Amino acid sequence: MSDLYYTDTELMITRAALELGNDDTVLVGVGVPNLACNLAKQTHAPDLEMVYESGTVDSDPDALPLSIGDPVLATGARSIVTMYDGFGRYLQAGRIDVGFLGGAQIDRWGNINSTVIGDYDDPKVRLPGSGGACEIASNARRTLIIAPHQRRRFPEEVDFVTSPGYVGGRKGRDERGLRGGPEAVITDMAVMKFDDAGEMYVETIHPGVTREAVQEATGWDLAFADDVTETPTPEADEIRLIREELDPDGIYTGGDE
Amino acid sequence: MTKETDTNTAIAEAVDDGDSVYLGGFTHLIPFASGHEMIRQGYEDLHLIRATPDLVLDQMIAAGCASAVTFSWAGNPGVGSLRAFRRAVEDGVPNEIDIDEYSHFGLVSRLFAGARDMPFVPVRTFLGSSLPEHNERIRTVANPYEPDDEVAVVPPLRPDVAIVRAQRASPEGDAHLWGITGDVVDAAFAAETVVLSVEEVVDTETLRSDPNRTEIPGTIVDYVVEEPYGSHPSYTQGYYGRDNEAYIDWNDVSETHESTLEWLSEWVHGVDNRREYVEKLGVDRLLDLEPTRDYAEPIDVGRYA
Repeated sequence: MSDLYYTDTELMITRAALELGNDDTVLVGVGVPNLACNLAKQTHAPDLEMVYESGTVDSDPDALPLSIGDPVLATGARSIVTMYDGFGRYLQAGRIDVGFLGGAQIDRWGNINSTVIGDYDDPKVRLPGSGGACEIASNARRTLIIAPHQRRRFPEEVDFVTSPGYVGGRKGRDERGLRGGPEAVITDMAVMKFDDAGEMYVETIHPGVTREAVQEATGWDLAFADDVTETPTPEADEIRLIREELDPDGIYTGGDE
Repeated sequence: MTKETDTNTAIAEAVDDGDSVYLGGFTHLIPFASGHEMIRQGYEDLHLIRATPDLVLDQMIAAGCASAVTFSWAGNPGVGSLRAFRRAVEDGVPNEIDIDEYSHFGLVSRLFAGARDMPFVPVRTFLGSSLPEHNERIRTVANPYEPDDEVAVVPPLRPDVAIVRAQRASPEGDAHLWGITGDVVDAAFAAETVVLSVEEVVDTETLRSDPNRTEIPGTIVDYVVEEPYGSHPSYTQGYYGRDNEAYIDWNDVSETHESTLEWLSEWVHGVDNRREYVEKLGVDRLLDLEPTRDYAEPIDVGRYA
């Protein structure tokens, strides 16, 4: 029996939850983001407002939703609006503080590809596409990116920009009138932030992971903070909440990749 | 003039080969019964449109109904890929399809413009993304009020046919819907011909008792159809829940083109209509999807005579 009492996924959930404040309104995705939001709500951010792409505002689900449009998100919500109004009145109008994004490829500027691997017109792998990701990346006040840390997922250049990060640096983002930008990238190896130019750098590394391993799993010469520290590990009560209340069937936290 | 009829007749009269057909409903209220009917009737060369193609378009694509698909997120929600969609795009199986791709906001903004006869609509999305490079309908214009600012715009979408679902409607086609309404209402207003499929046709007085909930007026509806469980395996708020098992199972069912055709042969061609499909699903499955009753407090509309 080792003293490693949490999984990689559980660490990503607890670390992501730390990024959420009590006054935040968050556009939630299913999976890890959903668990992170619900964990934050049950610990340090009880007033966190969860909005879903399907147009449910301040959802308070009785059970874990499989999709972002499950009926548990509708019953008891503060309000339910059309897609046009959810994306328009809430997201585009600046009423979403935090958006979660994932993707098949992420580059050093936080640009994300969730559309296609290979050529758009003759794809090697056709991925689902933007959904709301492009407008979340363009309009949320800050975005959190969550992804497994693998070299193929962190290439020098993405095959397609589905969701703009710091395109052409922070200045390029401003010139395009894009609000906010990527705040942090949380992987199963490290937590990365973005410097003044808009380039990703490693802020903390998870326990048991080496700096070399993080670099090896990244497709460019990755920058590290001068004072890289260890990522804070989950608290025992957070793990208990995740396993007993938030994901009791282990749908999202059942196994490590 | 709205015609009250069955799904078979409504589809046969409303849809022609080669039409652009919008199937409404974001996760909720997806018109599966109508999709299956289009497969049974052997439609070809349809331009199918849905923000989230979902299982219904995966099934229609595998059946060879589609020559083009307009969409914004082509995945199996909460599960993974839409395998038939991918086979068509990646390998041309069973046929090549043209794709016309947006983000969610981009696509519902096209519907918004189509429903209101606007020439185009500006959106704060797409700039900095690769999407405009691959879709000539996504363009940029100078903001006429701030000429230095570039603004992304999308054109109106006017489908030949919209097929939408709601909880209940009057025989005239006035519809009450609640829960996640998504893209349903703008889809109906944007289309030339509207097929409205509901869980229940109820009397006109019920509809008139709560006009704020009447999001779709019968004046834009051409066909109204009572089709209980017509959205399974998606759901109808207050009537039945989302059949998440069916979504998870679809990942295996659709693993190959052949296994997908086998499923279609059993569940679509193997039944004559939705009633037979529901009978085949069985009582246990339906009972498991039944929610606990949870009524909203009534409102006082007032009578002023």
